[in-house]
Amino acid sequence: MNITVTLFAQMIAFVAMIWLVNRFLWAPLSSMMEARRQRIADGLSASERGKHELKLAEERAVQIIKEAKEKATELLAQANSRSTEILDEARNSAKAEAERVIAGAQAEIGREVERAKQELSKQVSVLAVTGAERILGREVDAKVHEASIADLVARI
Amino acid sequence: MSAVENTGGGTVEYIQHHLTNWSVGQGFWTLNLDTIIVSLLLGSLIVFAGMRVGRNLEVGAPSGFQNFVEMVLEFVDTQVKDSFGKRDNALIAPLALTILVWVWLMNFMDLIPVDLIPAALHAVGMDYFKVVPTTDLNTTMAMALFVFLLTVYYNIKVKGLVGYIKMFLFHPFGKFLVPVNIVMTAIEELAKPISLGLRLFGNMFAGELVFLLIALLTFGATISAALLIWFPLQVVLDVAWLIFHILVITLQAFIFMVLTIVYLGMAHITEDEH
Repeated sequence: MNITVTLFAQMIAFVAMIWLVNRFLWAPLSSMMEARRQRIADGLSASERGKHELKLAEERAVQIIKEAKEKATELLAQANSRSTEILDEARNSAKAEAERVIAGAQAEIGREVERAKQELSKQVSVLAVTGAERILGREVDAKVHEASIADLVARI
Repeated sequence: MSAVENTGGGTVEYIQHHLTNWSVGQGFWTLNLDTIIVSLLLGSLIVFAGMRVGRNLEVGAPSGFQNFVEMVLEFVDTQVKDSFGKRDNALIAPLALTILVWVWLMNFMDLIPVDLIPAALHAVGMDYFKVVPTTDLNTTMAMALFVFLLTVYYNIKVKGLVGYIKMFLFHPFGKFLVPVNIVMTAIEELAKPISLGLRLFGNMFAGELVFLLIALLTFGATISAALLIWFPLQVVLDVAWLIFHILVITLQAFIFMVLTIVYLGMAHITEDEH
């Protein structure tokens, strides 16, 4: 029970034990546990990141759908207005064409009337001259009475 | 028990026989071979188990023995972190783990029936064998002394030599009672390793002694009616003390470890943190 050299032997043994425990038990296990801690932390942060990314993707999807809807509405409105425009254009051009045709026809009618009038007046003048020759019994020089005939024709 | 009966009996002789080390050498140069051999065997058991666990470590989902080892490791780590906080020192945790496991195993030898190993070894011609290394003052004081040397080392390393001397001069009563301070602090510092070593030794020694006394209940008894009373009583007492002693050995190993951590933690506190 006395303190002997055993004390020093046990001290050496103790120091050796600390070294061995550190070398074979503490160091490998604690580094492994640290690695595990790291792995768990990484996994958790990865899942957190995944969640965040999912949220972002969802938001983006919603945004895209919204934009698509807006675009569709816009396109629809555009198409509507364009169709109205086309319709108007067609109507206008049809109207214009119709007016043009009518105007042409009227002009033609006018011209025909004029020509008929001229023809008529020519014939009337001939008729008048002929009539007058018959009445007078002699030839009337149309050239001499040209002025009076023209006056007559103009009065028809 | 037969080992003692052959020598003619006598309870004092029986107890003394059990408290004698197997040793070589004389006086100071006595080497307690049983203490050294048993502690080294238990130490190599720890190292062997550590190597076995360390060889195939499972990072993902550990099982079985690795779980248990990890639990002990984390328990020790928590104790160290509680005491040290951010002042990290890579030596403390392995030291504490060594103390906890090694001291526990050495204490555990106390639970082996007191006569079993001496009787077995007597059969092969060995007279004395004290199987519990922690009932040898040399073991407990060796560890306590090493812890003490470490506290001195870290005191000087952290506080500086001047700071360490200052601690003796101005602590606990300030600068007007320097002589008293020196005496007080010296006693305080020296009491740490002595109480640390003696506490473990005392507990284990007393525990061993109680086992011996229980064993003595039927010591040298002949087959008689009285044995019908003493034998069951011995069994009951032995089991009761055994169960209680499981608590004691665990507690003592834990206390040794915690005090080591605390003493070393105090050594790491600098003057301005007081």
